[in-house]
Amino acid sequence: MTLTLGLPSKGRLQADTIDWFAARGVEIAHTGDRRQYSAEARGVDGVTVVMLAANEIAHALAAGRIHLGVTGEDLVREHIPDWQRRIALAAKLGFGQADLIVAVPAFWVDVETMADLDEVAEAFRARHGHGLRVATKYHNLTRAFFQSKGVADYRLIDSQGATEAGPKNLSCDAISDITSSGGTLRANHLKPLEDGLILSSEAHLCVSRAADWASAAIAALATLSASLQVPLAP
Amino acid sequence: MTPVRLGEDHAALDGALAALAAVYARAGYAPVTTAHLFEAETLIDLYGEDIRARAFLFPGAGGGGELCLRPDFTVPVVRAHGALGWDRAARYAYQGPVFRRQAPGSTRPSEYFQAGIENLGAPDAAAADAEVFALIHEGLRALDAGPLSVATGDLGIAFALLDALPMPARRRRQLRRHFWRPRRFHALVEEAVAGQRAPSPLRTRLLAAATGPAPADAVAALAAEAGEVLGLRETDEIVARSLALAEAAGEARMPRGEADLIEAALGVKGPAGNALARLRAITAEGGVNIAPALDRLEARLAALDAAGIDAAALPFDAGFGRNLEYYEGFVFEITAQGRADLPPLAGGGRYDAMTQRLGAAAAIPAVGAMIRPEAVLRARELTP
Repeated sequence: MTLTLGLPSKGRLQADTIDWFAARGVEIAHTGDRRQYSAEARGVDGVTVVMLAANEIAHALAAGRIHLGVTGEDLVREHIPDWQRRIALAAKLGFGQADLIVAVPAFWVDVETMADLDEVAEAFRARHGHGLRVATKYHNLTRAFFQSKGVADYRLIDSQGATEAGPKNLSCDAISDITSSGGTLRANHLKPLEDGLILSSEAHLCVSRAADWASAAIAALATLSASLQVPLAP
Repeated sequence: MTPVRLGEDHAALDGALAALAAVYARAGYAPVTTAHLFEAETLIDLYGEDIRARAFLFPGAGGGGELCLRPDFTVPVVRAHGALGWDRAARYAYQGPVFRRQAPGSTRPSEYFQAGIENLGAPDAAAADAEVFALIHEGLRALDAGPLSVATGDLGIAFALLDALPMPARRRRQLRRHFWRPRRFHALVEEAVAGQRAPSPLRTRLLAAATGPAPADAVAALAAEAGEVLGLRETDEIVARSLALAEAAGEARMPRGEADLIEAALGVKGPAGNALARLRAITAEGGVNIAPALDRLEARLAALDAAGIDAAALPFDAGFGRNLEYYEGFVFEITAQGRADLPPLAGGGRYDAMTQRLGAAAAIPAVGAMIRPEAVLRARELTP
């Protein structure tokens, strides 16, 4: 066992990942009880599979605890400072699509762009005594995006779920969140801003640049790369 | 960051701090101490969310607000001054470590010493600017800092220009607001020259509603049709901005000459004496009167001369200091000559307006500056 591959431990992302590997002749089979999160890769030698939460995969890649992993580009960019030095986004997998976008209440008929949002933020502070509250769990990506758009006078509010409901219960005024379709936004009377796309993310097969790439691991990587028909290099 | 200083290293920093304390005390600056930790709210309010990328913030214990490791001394010192009454003059000296989050991969230290001064409430701004600048030079001399490069600027000139040029109030407000973000500022100037882009279908309907009969009702109806009222922003705020947008839609473009004048004034560089003359010439040619701001620059140069500095020869750059946060008048930075590898050895400037954001009823005169003793020691050690 020489190369460690981290795969998502549950849900749609796990199922899509297993299908993707299977379509390329690598069978990911659960071993033992499903709840033990253990699995093996059949059809390729020298690979140990570990099942981890998708955001844990990003951290494990960055720390070099795993050589390869499947996780979302959004999680890598959000959670790993200086990620380019530590992780290579080797291949797009064609699933797990998620757009991180800025959305505001649909009844804000005077707001369509980030520049509108900035002007509104200024007036909002004057009226309400504090910055416009933007709820998100993507703090780093959102802050960098707002800075690049020159938006000031806003406050980030941490929201780990049901972010779209924030404006309705007055815990925020706008959101920055993942949307795979516009349905949830519309159902919550929100609309995306025209130039408010922060990131178009999807699942990636990622290579750790921080892992121990002993020759055996390199050899296993080459074998896997050939089976999957995806160029892989640390 | 030097994790532990032993022997000579410890003595060198200790000696530098003592020398600076003596220089500041002789000039009448009273020593103050501040806590390392304070409530983050003030800083977030002042700098916005971007502060999180530059300072260390973390949750306070027991459900209290966030705490911050001080990223500089100015905010806590000015607040402490205000707590005892804003309407009085005072001179303060401080020293101690500050904490800055650095970009990933940066070799800049995230903890370093500052030894600085704040001069608050002095009615003669030119004299106070010169006093602070001269005292920082004296401090650097006391540390035997070696050959120095000086950069100076005056952010008051750009603000005066924006105030003096004829333009719609909304455009002026936006340009002032984004002066600190040069890229956005430049884009706003170019947009003002090019005129507004073709409106979206929604914007077309909004403008029609806002310019038709009973505009407030018409805009409110459009908003109600678009969705439920959510968040703290209310319908009357949307109506007010929509009416302002309608007014702005009829605004004249910024003449190219005006945009050129702004960029030309911000681009003036050279020895301060020549720069002043050049700014007088450019603005006279452009038919805009910012004499009071230029007179303030002239008075400062005279005060610097009186303090024994060859003011006319000081390097001046009208665009300098746009990335230096809250400064809005005189601004300067001092680096070790030929040592781009070191951070600036010293810097400072005037920040009257910030005192109002920190609680003063009206802005009070405020100018301050600091020396980074560790950077000075490194410059001295390695100078051939």
